Amino acid sequence: MRSPHRYTLAALAALALLAAGCSSSSSPSSSSGPNWATVTSASSGGGMGKLIAAAKKEGTLNVIALPPTWANYGAIISTFEKKYGIKINSANPDGSSQDEVNAVKQENGTAAAPDVLDIGMAVALVNTNLFAPYKVSTWSDIPTAQKSSAGLWYQDYGGYMSVGYSAKFGTITSMSQLLGPKFKGAVALNGNPTEANAALNGVMMASLANGGSASSIAKGVSFFQELKSKGNFDSVQATGATIKAGTTPVVLNWDYLNLPSYVGVSNWKVFIPSGAVLGGYYAQAINKNAPHPAAARLWEEFLYSQAADGGQNLWLAGGARPVEQSAMTSDSSINSADAAKLPAVPGTPVFLTQSQATDAANYLMANWAKAVS
Amino acid sequence: MVAATATTPAGARPVRAGRRLRLPAWLGTTPFLAYVGLFLLLPTGIIVVNAFRSPSGGANLSSLRLLFSSTARSYFIGSFQLCLISSAVGAVLGAILAYAIASGDPDGVVRRLYIAVSGVLAQFGGVTLAFAFVVTIGPVGLLFHASWYYSFPWGIAVIYAYFQIPLMVLVFLPAIDGLKAQWREASDSLGSSAWQYWRYVGGPLLAPAFFGAALLLFANALSAFATIVAWENQIAYIVPQQIYVAINSEVGLSSVNQADVLALGMIIMVAIVMTGYVLLQRRAARWLR
Repeated sequence: MRSPHRYTLAALAALALLAAGCSSSSSPSSSSGPNWATVTSASSGGGMGKLIAAAKKEGTLNVIALPPTWANYGAIISTFEKKYGIKINSANPDGSSQDEVNAVKQENGTAAAPDVLDIGMAVALVNTNLFAPYKVSTWSDIPTAQKSSAGLWYQDYGGYMSVGYSAKFGTITSMSQLLGPKFKGAVALNGNPTEANAALNGVMMASLANGGSASSIAKGVSFFQELKSKGNFDSVQATGATIKAGTTPVVLNWDYLNLPSYVGVSNWKVFIPSGAVLGGYYAQAINKNAPHPAAARLWEEFLYSQAADGGQNLWLAGGARPVEQSAMTSDSSINSADAAKLPAVPGTPVFLTQSQATDAANYLMANWAKAVS
Repeated sequence: MVAATATTPAGARPVRAGRRLRLPAWLGTTPFLAYVGLFLLLPTGIIVVNAFRSPSGGANLSSLRLLFSSTARSYFIGSFQLCLISSAVGAVLGAILAYAIASGDPDGVVRRLYIAVSGVLAQFGGVTLAFAFVVTIGPVGLLFHASWYYSFPWGIAVIYAYFQIPLMVLVFLPAIDGLKAQWREASDSLGSSAWQYWRYVGGPLLAPAFFGAALLLFANALSAFATIVAWENQIAYIVPQQIYVAINSEVGLSSVNQADVLALGMIIMVAIVMTGYVLLQRRAARWLR
């Protein structure tokens, strides 16, 4: 007989198990420690020692959308696992920021939900209701403009838009050179600028290099229109594979994704165009319903640690610029050999505000396809 | 089942009827129905319902307005151009190839080879196919650099033709095989020329099957996504690319409702095309036995 009660029972049993699993992991009732899900700094939770103990007890951390080759995340994950004996579940490594937010919503309440997010600013700012406030020990070393005052998000690492190119072209120093005849079918973006943030910033860099401002991306679109009419625009999306295969010999992308060490091509050069220094940072945030709240907070402490094997120097080793770089440069905790490998920054960096980024996206939505097809 | 038990010897009848489980006849179709329900009808239903909702959730027509905007029109025009060109090229060349195969030895090795290869190539698409073209005639191609390679829709239509032609061979060959040699003989013995045979006998007989197959190719091209994304992914030319942008945009342009509205537009396109296909198939089936 089919009994509806059987399913009810099964569901109840599953719920009970889930509840038991949650309560045992989130509040170590025996030791009567703090509820880490609401703790906003290591000191208010009783200090780093207590945080480490609680995180070890949870034993697991769920991360999402962290490609092992991106900004040195492979080494960051293994260093953390080794240091604290906490297992990291890395879900959907090639996912986008939007995928991360979708996972937080769809897996809410399950043990598989992401604990921590590494997320683009455009997506972070409209989803702050999903985040738990937390301030790492090195909070004061994060520049004020690069963190939410409440501690809901805090930028972690970033870089500048750059032009990476095959050394067969000689030396390139400006964007306008890319309009020349030797770049036929050569210049590629990292995706569709109405979809991918790196591509939008590539167009914005072209705009800045051609006398535009952060408030208007129009000159960037006309630059690509000219590029297209000269036959120099390469519409293949640039990836490590296309660079290796030689199908995208010139790529506009974040500098940490354009380094020879990252793309794995030895005759690859990179420069940041002068007068068009466009910066962009990702941000960290903790899922407010994280299944492993202590491990999530310990992960943030690790990422913002200025130690030689801490997150800040590990990001730098991956070619990304850690958010505490200037503080670390003054107190000499930075790995200066790695810092010296970064491309030179010729000029004052421009950072897009939220409204400038939205305006740029809307302009692209209306004009991009028309201009370049 | 009833008929079978009725013809069994009288003595065995009550025993067998008693042992048999009395399962309703439709039970056998449940795996199929569950499959279609979960993976076709349910998603389609969700898309249609969401298309009639505003982003905040209430039921209204504000999302649907997108379907009539000039930006959406450009994606649908792009999809239509690409499908039309690739299905026309595929249908004409595929039909000629099918005719050549049909006029050969019906048990010959050439025919078997072509059918086997067509079966494989009709499924050859996506990243592998686009990559094959990129490395041969792309910007740094091994053979040469075709300047038209990145012009829409011609460049991508040529790539699509690579799987459209074999598909046409597979679906059109049975129709050509259905042309009886006696009809040609009758036509010849009545003194008609080859042109007259094709104009008054062969052509009219094959036309419904030909246009039906062309419509199938059209629908086949409409939904292809991975191929064009691997070909280029910096400009959205066709509807599936824009649906991808609407779902994934990390620069603040993501809207699931827009994706649903565009998908609804595609469902309508497929519905029109497939209705035409069914009608033409019915016409072709009159003599294709």
